[in-house]
Formats: sequence, C-alpha cells, structure tokens
Amino acid sequence: MIQFDAVHKLFPNGTTAVHDLSLALPEGGVTVLVGSSGCGKTTTLRMINRMVEPTSGTIRVGGKDVQEQDAAELRRSIGYVIQQSGLFPHRTVLDNIATVPLLLGWGRRKARARAAELLETVGLAPEAGRRYPHQLSGGQQQRVGVARALAADPPVLLMDEPFGAVDPVVRTQLQDELLRLQKELSKTIVFVTHDIDEAVRLGDRIAIFRTGGHLIQCAEPAELLARPADDFVADFLGAERGLKLLSLRTLADVPQGAVPEGGTWTLVLDEARKPLHWASKDAELPVRPLQDTDSLLSALNESVASPTGLIARVDAAGVLTGVSSRDDIHEHANRAHTEVVAA
Amino acid sequence: MYELFKNLGGWLTSGEQWAGPDGIATRLAEHLQYSLLATLVAAAIGLPLGLLIGHTGKGAFVAINLSSFGRALPTVGLVVLVFLASGLSMWPVYVALVALAVPALVTNTYAGMTAVDPDVKDAARGQGMRGHQVLLQVELPLALPLIMTGLRLALIQVVATATIAAYVSFGGLGRYVFDGLAQRDLVQVMGGAVLVAVIAVALDVTLAALQRFLFRHRTA
Repeated sequence: MIQFDAVHKLFPNGTTAVHDLSLALPEGGVTVLVGSSGCGKTTTLRMINRMVEPTSGTIRVGGKDVQEQDAAELRRSIGYVIQQSGLFPHRTVLDNIATVPLLLGWGRRKARARAAELLETVGLAPEAGRRYPHQLSGGQQQRVGVARALAADPPVLLMDEPFGAVDPVVRTQLQDELLRLQKELSKTIVFVTHDIDEAVRLGDRIAIFRTGGHLIQCAEPAELLARPADDFVADFLGAERGLKLLSLRTLADVPQGAVPEGGTWTLVLDEARKPLHWASKDAELPVRPLQDTDSLLSALNESVASPTGLIARVDAAGVLTGVSSRDDIHEHANRAHTEVVAA
Repeated sequence: MYELFKNLGGWLTSGEQWAGPDGIATRLAEHLQYSLLATLVAAAIGLPLGLLIGHTGKGAFVAINLSSFGRALPTVGLVVLVFLASGLSMWPVYVALVALAVPALVTNTYAGMTAVDPDVKDAARGQGMRGHQVLLQVELPLALPLIMTGLRLALIQVVATATIAAYVSFGGLGRYVFDGLAQRDLVQVMGGAVLVAVIAVALDVTLAALQRFLFRHRTA
C-alpha cells in the first residue's frame, strides 16, 4: 500500500534524517515507527503526504508516486493527525471535522452531516460539535483530531505521536478506541511514537529507527520482542522485553481445571457463581477474575498476587469457568516463546 | 482657572458654536473624514504588506524596523516637505497621515501572523489546504485580533495628528487650535484639544468593545 524505495532525506543543515530507506507497509494494518528523537521517524511519516520532500528515492501510495501528484490533493486523500491536535481554534468542533470535505467541495450541509456522524464514531457527544476546541479536554481534542482525519474516509491515516501529550489514563483509553475503530474501519495506519509500550500495544508491525535515519528492524511485535536484530533494538525494547511478549498473548489457550477443595484458602462465589474473594479461616484477600481475552502478563501478575497461585477464570458475564495454576501459565508462556523464536 | 473651565464649558455647549459652516459639527465631520480616509488608505497598504511578510516569512526585517522608523518620522516636517513639492492641496495632509498609520498596521499584522500556532498551520497544510487557503481560512482569522489592535492604534494616532490639516489651511478640529493660538483665544484652543481627545478616546473604546464582541470565543 505504501512503498518506500531507496528514500534519502538530507536537511539543508547537513543532517541526514532518513538514510536509504526501503520499506513496504501492507494495506489495512497498523505500522508503528519508533525510535528516540532525531531518528527520522517523523520525517519518514511526513514524506508520505509530502509535508517533507525526499532528497532522493520514491514513495508510492496505492501504487502511485506521490511526487507526481498535486501535494494539496494528495494530502486531502490521506488522514493526518498530529500531537497537539492542531485544531483550528477559531472554528467549532463540527467545522474542524468538516475541513477536508469542505476542501473537496462537498457543500456545507453534507460536510456538517458527515462531521456529526464522526463525532459519534470517535465517542463524543453531539453537543461537543458546537463547542470550540479550547473548551474541550486534551483527550477530547485528540478525538476531534482523529475525527477530522477520518472525515473524507481516506484509506491511509498518518498519526504523528497523536497521544503524546495526554495523561497515561486517557492515553490508554485513546489507544483502546483506536484499536476498536481500526477493527471497524481497517485503514492503513502509519503511527509514530517514541513509547515502545504504545508501539507493542497498537502495532501489527513495528519499525525501529536509529539516530541518523537508519531502519534497523521491521517485524511483528512478537517477533521483534523474541528476536531483536541487535543490541540496539534489545536495549530499546527495554528490560521488560519478556514481560511485553507475554502482554501480546491471551489466556484463551491456557488449560483450566476445577477449583481444588480442602486447601487453606477457598474461592468464595456469590449466588450467580461470580468470584468474590479468597478466604481462609481468619483472612480475606481480593481476587481479580480474568477472561480469555486478558493477556498472559496479567495472568502471571494475578497468579503471583493470589495466595494459592491460582487465577480465577470467568466468562464474559463474569461467571466462574475454572482456575488455572501458575505452572499452566508458565508452560504456555514458554511454548509461545519457543514458537516465535523457532518461526 | 475656574473662569477658564466655565468659559470652556460654555464654548462646548453653545448651540451657536456647533452650527454653521465653521461650527463644531462641520469641523468634527471634516476631522473624521480626514482620519478615516487616511486610515483606510493606510490599511489598504499596510494590511496586505503585513500579511505577505507574515505568510512567506520573507522581509521580516522590514516589518520589525518599520515601527521604529514610523516613530522617528517627523509628521509636521513631512507635511511641509510634501506641501513644498505639491503646492496647496490636501495631499500633504493625507501623505503624512498615511505614513504615520502604515507602520503600526504592518507591524501589528506581522505580529499577529507570527503569533499563529505553527502546529495549527502545519495541520492546515496537512489537511490539504493550499497556500492561499491557509492564509485566508486560518492565518488571517487567527491574526485578526492583533490586526484590529493595529487598526485601533493607527486610527487614534491619526485622529490625534489630523489637526495638522489646519496647519496648511484646511479644516478639521485643528482649525480651533491654530486659530485660537493666532487669536490668543485660549478657550478656543482648549475646546479644539478637548474635542480631539474625546473622539480619540471614544473611537478607541468603541473599537475595543467591538473587538471583545467579535473575539468572545477566543481564549486569549
């Protein structure tokens, strides 16, 4: 879908921002570009919609060389979200979202109707449309930024550290929303961040850049975590590389058994068979039941925190389905790791 | 002193003084006509210039230095100079007033343009706006509060300085000041000065209120 061929970018001050980049980004997936600041990830992103022109090499979007297209028209066909949202402070939220449709000459009524539809898509109340950007919270502004980028239904979405300026709780919400949206819309998304956890969470593929604009490795998150190409990548992935790998796997395949009887601790259920807490003769400890969609990492965490080493498994309604032991989780984590490394 | 103020009050409120071809009403209308026309012409020159410099980023030194140049320019000297060149006409007055107003307009317009958040300009380009669309739909509206401040500043300076029309024998409120000085009529001099001050302040207050109303949705 997006193809870089021997792309080089040299800035007038003599620094090389991107060094001989050849990379193909598949259609309908999220590719995350990561690296420390000055590694060329943002420049790479901005060359796709010609906000930056490459010094040499070609970039194709949907098979067409971007250099041969009118820059403004190209940009209208590609969604673009930036860090501080870049909303127009003098326009209402609705008019902000309607920007590209209006540039495409849709007419005011149709553009506004589409904008109202998008407010809902990104999880904002219809009243928010009449507000001005400064009346919204940082997280809400970022949602409007995403809605604006989606307004003309572009096949490609470029996101330049879109969640970098919001607090961690809101950031997690926005990431969840993006994953939900992506499930519905299947856009080709290029996402820039310096946060490796964000990259692992959102990326179908992760491309790691090193200062000087060198692409070091581009792979699926599991492969990257299990088999980093070199020490630089391993360092960048951080000390908790193994745990991050566990965060990519779900509990679904971990076997579960019946709750053991007669130990010191028993799992107390309510009348609907939902777990309440662990209880012994003289103490009660909280239990956090897990569903099949939860990650191996949270399972491991819960099993370490649990007084019995067992985790309580529930279905989507919260009803107990069984328990799994620490050993079950370990064994499964091991197998998952072997699979990735051997692949 | 009390006597003087009493006479001044009488001068300002007498119906006789307000009526007729050289009454206050006529002089006021002339004064406003000179001021508004000069400011309008200055805006037609200064605004595009400031916008162009701000949008392209080229010639910024002109915009920055023009304001100090404007402050250093001797208005009366300019009137005399153009008067000598063009003879007796309204030209010297208008040239001097326009020259007085242009720097404030260029400098404020330029300042307004540079104050526009670069992220917002980047986003505008990134959504696919062309250069003129970024200028007209994003930069100009965002710079407008500062542009209006420049317009206010220019207008007040011009209103205060338009008394020089009388210096080269034309009308306006300056008539009272110059005639009063020649006739050693202090009440008339003060009357003219007070009227100039009052309309300058009134225009400033009106424009400030308009500005507050227009930009009530803005944060800063």
